[in-house]
Amino acid sequence: MTDNEHEHDHARTFQPDHVEPTSEAARLGLALRELLIEAGHYSVDEEQAMIAAMQGASPENGAKIVAHAWTNDDYKARLLDDGANAIRELGFDLEPYEFTVMENTKTVHNVIVCTLCSCYPRSLLGMSPAWYKSSNYRARIVREPRAVLAEFGVNLSDGVEVRVHDSTAELRYMVLPERPTGTDGWSQEQLAALVTRDSLIGTQRELGGDK
Amino acid sequence: MSEPKFKPGQRVRIADRTPLTHHRVPAYAKGKVGTVERICGVHGDPEKYIRGPGEPMQRVYRVRIPQIELWGSYSGAPKDMLEIEIFEHWLEVAT
Repeated sequence: MTDNEHEHDHARTFQPDHVEPTSEAARLGLALRELLIEAGHYSVDEEQAMIAAMQGASPENGAKIVAHAWTNDDYKARLLDDGANAIRELGFDLEPYEFTVMENTKTVHNVIVCTLCSCYPRSLLGMSPAWYKSSNYRARIVREPRAVLAEFGVNLSDGVEVRVHDSTAELRYMVLPERPTGTDGWSQEQLAALVTRDSLIGTQRELGGDK
Repeated sequence: MSEPKFKPGQRVRIADRTPLTHHRVPAYAKGKVGTVERICGVHGDPEKYIRGPGEPMQRVYRVRIPQIELWGSYSGAPKDMLEIEIFEHWLEVAT
């Protein structure tokens, strides 16, 4: 696969600019941060290191994990059994969360949401997309998942079971998409290049490859 | 930590209550019946640790609920499911 063949869907990756904090809650957040630093709960350096680590995280991390699982059945079994430890095996740090990986199959499609807020495996996959945090997605994906998935271009027959995962407590989730057909013998790097952020959330099902 | 109260496959009902404190059970899941999909680890009970250092710990379960149990008007396939994390003290055995 060459770079020329790599396609971005910009409509899906667009995020609006951050706005200046004008709401009471946003100002309260800033004040709280300053108080926490002043009281020594954490330092500015620690905060910067955390921001840098989170900015360094991206869906490419998830893509590497997926490609590893596609090419190694033993690893895939460990990944599905105990996601956090299997991901640590590859050198990723996931503290403090448990991590669960859900496998898409011919008959099951998984999709992830956090209805109560917008929990997302940020330390692994980076910033979540804006739509993931929207009340529209969060309210509707639990109630009419097939309609929402269709809006993302995922049209499922009734033969496929939809499993919505509401990330309400202490766990974080990632979907293991199905390996596309026609990719036998591909390297892990080639396979990882097929994996998109949306496929790790479950709002994309089909990935590239020789179809 | 004590042994898990519930086993995978067991039918459980999620309590229908609304404590005045912060809790992590969305309204749509309250009072609903599902099955334990898996037992997760133990985590700080959000209703309590909001006032403390992360204690006491509570076991978390993943509960699988049929979509048709959640929404009377669900229009997708009957086998569609929702899975949600629920703290142990929100669950009771369902018959």
